[in-house]
Amino acid sequence: MFEVFGVPSQALFGQLLLGLINGSFYALLSLGLAVIFGMLNIINFTHGAQYMMGAFAAFLLLRHTGIGYWPSLVIVPIVIGAVGAGIERVFLKRIQKLDHLYGLILTFGLALIIEGLFRNYYGSSGQPYGVPESLQGGRNLGFMFLPNYRAWVIAFSFLVCLATWYAIERTRLGSYLRAATENPALVRAFGINVPRMVTLTYGFGVGLAGLAGVMAAPIYNVSPQMGSDIIIVVFAVVVIGGMGSIMGAIVTGFTLGIVEGLTKVFFPEASNTVIFMIMIIVLLIRPAGLFGRMA
Amino acid sequence: MRVATSLALVAAALFGTAAQAQVNVKIGVMNDMSGLYADISGPGALTAAKLAVDDFNPAAHGMKVEIVGADHQNKPDVGSNIARQWFDVDKVDVIVDVPTSSVALAVSDVTREKNKVFLVSGAAASDLTGPKCSPNTIHWTYDTWMLAHGTGTALVKTGGDTWYFLTADYAFGHALERDTAAVVTAAGGKVLGTVKHPLNTQDFSSFLLQAQSSKAKVIGLANAGGDTINAIKQGAEFGITAGGQQFAGLLVFVTDVNSLGLKTAQGLVLTETWYWDMNDANRAWTKRWQAERQGKFPSMVHAGVYSAVLHYLKAVAATKSAADGKAVVNQMKALPTEDSLFGKGSIRPDGRKIHPAYLFQVKKPEESKYPGDVYTVRATILAEEAFRPIKDGNCPMVTN
Repeated sequence: MFEVFGVPSQALFGQLLLGLINGSFYALLSLGLAVIFGMLNIINFTHGAQYMMGAFAAFLLLRHTGIGYWPSLVIVPIVIGAVGAGIERVFLKRIQKLDHLYGLILTFGLALIIEGLFRNYYGSSGQPYGVPESLQGGRNLGFMFLPNYRAWVIAFSFLVCLATWYAIERTRLGSYLRAATENPALVRAFGINVPRMVTLTYGFGVGLAGLAGVMAAPIYNVSPQMGSDIIIVVFAVVVIGGMGSIMGAIVTGFTLGIVEGLTKVFFPEASNTVIFMIMIIVLLIRPAGLFGRMA
Repeated sequence: MRVATSLALVAAALFGTAAQAQVNVKIGVMNDMSGLYADISGPGALTAAKLAVDDFNPAAHGMKVEIVGADHQNKPDVGSNIARQWFDVDKVDVIVDVPTSSVALAVSDVTREKNKVFLVSGAAASDLTGPKCSPNTIHWTYDTWMLAHGTGTALVKTGGDTWYFLTADYAFGHALERDTAAVVTAAGGKVLGTVKHPLNTQDFSSFLLQAQSSKAKVIGLANAGGDTINAIKQGAEFGITAGGQQFAGLLVFVTDVNSLGLKTAQGLVLTETWYWDMNDANRAWTKRWQAERQGKFPSMVHAGVYSAVLHYLKAVAATKSAADGKAVVNQMKALPTEDSLFGKGSIRPDGRKIHPAYLFQVKKPEESKYPGDVYTVRATILAEEAFRPIKDGNCPMVTN
């Protein structure tokens, strides 16, 4: 037993682990944002609303059809992803050639509308959603009590992050995608349907937000404003990691979760702001982000 | 001769009505219509005000009552702007509800300046009848002192003598923690520690772990809304209640319990002044309220709006004018209060409405027989004991 700045090591290990768990939500969400920005150059402010829709979809499936957590984990990302693809086809496609800011304003407006609609139908105080039977309870690790569900969150999101990174950076499909970002005209000349690929990529990024929503439903309050609570932090994570960098989003997501967790032990009042302080420092020293390439 | 009599009768009738000119009253319901507190007050408070007007029956008193509503978005500047606009341009006579203490304090100042009436139902800060009391303001439903004393005293009495606080890091949270800690120490309990978390925190696990390792018997939640919900939901996950520790929700509404679900919220102890399922009168009123708000349950804030508006209209009927706010408030203080929801009560010189409070415990899922059946009454706190004694409030109107 040793102490760090007056905090017993056991407590510290616990907080590190908790930080890692929160970091997995940041990583999942910022990963979706990074995919969408990196591949499509869209600053997707609807991401928070889509995360919220994921949680609500899980709740609605359970209430109206009795479909539980595990099937939701598959169904919801597909449904939310499809909604995203629809948004891309109807709205984003039309402003593709305009400046980033137009996309930002459009997606921000959409987020407000979606949030408002959910608030109108379901009220603001949130809906109940429990931890699935098979993951209830937890185990004592000696230094802390780890709920099984949290262990699952950390393992599963790590896997999803790795798989996404692999698909984009290491597979043939990913290389098409990256080529299409660099030079769409040329890729189209090779007979690849670039617009469809763009739609599917946006749908995939949005699906990741939906997946994060399902995973969040059992532990966070399922309310219409849950997305806007987290989206600003996630944007800060993406900026720190470097806009559009896949690996950057994953690594910074997990790391900042840990930093935030430690802040909660040493100076809890600052735990909401610490990420933004890091963002400012990073922007001053490396404007392109820790993993970003200078444009 | 017959013609002359009927003419005289007509004339008498005409003069009669002229002498008793119709009194016009405009009620402004201001609250959070679309945000965090929209469920505990919001559009439901408008419905409650309408029911009060219906029950009062203005026509029978030669009065005409109109209700308007507005959204203050929980921002003090927006709230005081609406209040000015209402008083100066729209000729509103009384503002009702106004949750979020900072907004309520701002609206109270404007109301005093314009000599109108302010009936607080949604806001909690006990300062409204303390240092910030006003001859134009009545604080109706509940306040921070009442919450702290109701829940704090009861838990210490039943053996919860060591406390750890999770406190929202702003004025309301600090006040609630301060008041509760004082109660706990006075009753012979001990505060083992406290952690202040930022408003709108998503993840409470770090704080819960600190509370868990403190080994305190009671974890006091000096926060509200989404923060309280997240803390309790995650507390269940981390085995806080299973490990023998108990949560004390210092500001929990029936809507919060519904959004947690009984499985998670069961056993939680809390204080409210009104619960829809407590007696036949409340159930009958709830049914009427639900005709406009389907599938929802009224909170104590809604009931308070109904009760306050009804009593206000009675006072205006007695003074025969709504123009002088101070005079109406004095009349309200002079008249004993009585309605089907809060029973008989009174209003103190400092503007505090007095009625009993109840200590509730959230039911287990198997004990709940129908939707909204969530509380059992554990104790009734008498009206005289429920609120801060007038001498301790430092209200300048009373001490001078």
